[in-house]
Amino acid sequence: MEGTAVLGIGTWRTATVLDLRDETPSARTLALEVRDWPGHIAGQHVDVRLTAADGYSAVRSYSIASAPRSNGRIEITVERLPNGEVSPYLTQQVMAGDELEVRGPIGRWFVWHPEQAMPIQLVAGGSGIVPLMAMIRSHASAGSIAPFRLLYSVREPGFIFYRDELRALSNRGDSLVVTYAYTRVTPKDWPRSAGRIDQELIAGSTWPSNLQPSCYVCGPTSFVEHTTDLLIAGGHDRDRIRTERFGATGEQK
Amino acid sequence: MNASMTHLDGNAAAGELSRIFGVDLTCAQARCANCGSRKSFAEAHLYMQCPGVIARCALCGHVLLRLVNVRRRAFLDLRGMTYLSFEIAP
Repeated sequence: MEGTAVLGIGTWRTATVLDLRDETPSARTLALEVRDWPGHIAGQHVDVRLTAADGYSAVRSYSIASAPRSNGRIEITVERLPNGEVSPYLTQQVMAGDELEVRGPIGRWFVWHPEQAMPIQLVAGGSGIVPLMAMIRSHASAGSIAPFRLLYSVREPGFIFYRDELRALSNRGDSLVVTYAYTRVTPKDWPRSAGRIDQELIAGSTWPSNLQPSCYVCGPTSFVEHTTDLLIAGGHDRDRIRTERFGATGEQK
Repeated sequence: MNASMTHLDGNAAAGELSRIFGVDLTCAQARCANCGSRKSFAEAHLYMQCPGVIARCALCGHVLLRLVNVRRRAFLDLRGMTYLSFEIAP
């Protein structure tokens, strides 16, 4: 068709910032409208490229937070890294109407399809919640009856992303159960003292391994290693655990 | 972050590799030339705190892939895999 270019997966597309929303003091959600966006699956990410006036450019990967939609709109949530090259710009400087370059959607491994009916165990560490939130939102918008559980580890209550939405979704029925684990500071009268996820919490709040849930674990590398070891020790089959690690990257071009 | 090398997953290099292969390699099956295991490329351990990108076998640590971009030239070393199998568009 005239005017319709066939764009490959590696193509950079123009994205317009529509809206900005703070999730925590250090994380912001950007709603983007991406030109010729082919649609995505929950769990996928995009690469974002920023190019300076002198031609220097930096690329970073960000998980898509929104459920698949047909209108070319996606949301990403970006955590500001203290010495980051890209995240300070995306969380503090970018404004509605600005344009970015986006490549994607990327990844066909760490994804959840609404046709998956089996129990799902999600485990998030910090901003590792972002791709799992896309799965939760996709689950809700598709009306899926697959039972979801989320174990979400955060430093302290003020660092929870999507708090109100998670509360609303988990109050809506029993298809999403959310358990929080606080590593530094807990809310008042919280039954568990602050600390990393341990075997007791895994046993008490996640699907038992005999239900053979599919597990998705996302967070910093050390969190993913620790949690995956606990799940395996709890009897989960390694082949049913999918992981996505994130950390600072130094890719430059 | 401390000085120790931490790894990500093959997933993190999929965007960059899509420039070269034209497909999303995360579900590609990669056979390690050292231990013979066959796993999804997304499961490989990815090291990015180096000039370029190195993917290692999640089971034995053998280097599967090295990619370095120098200006507009890519250097790609795939000898750590005996094969890489993936779907292509019809």
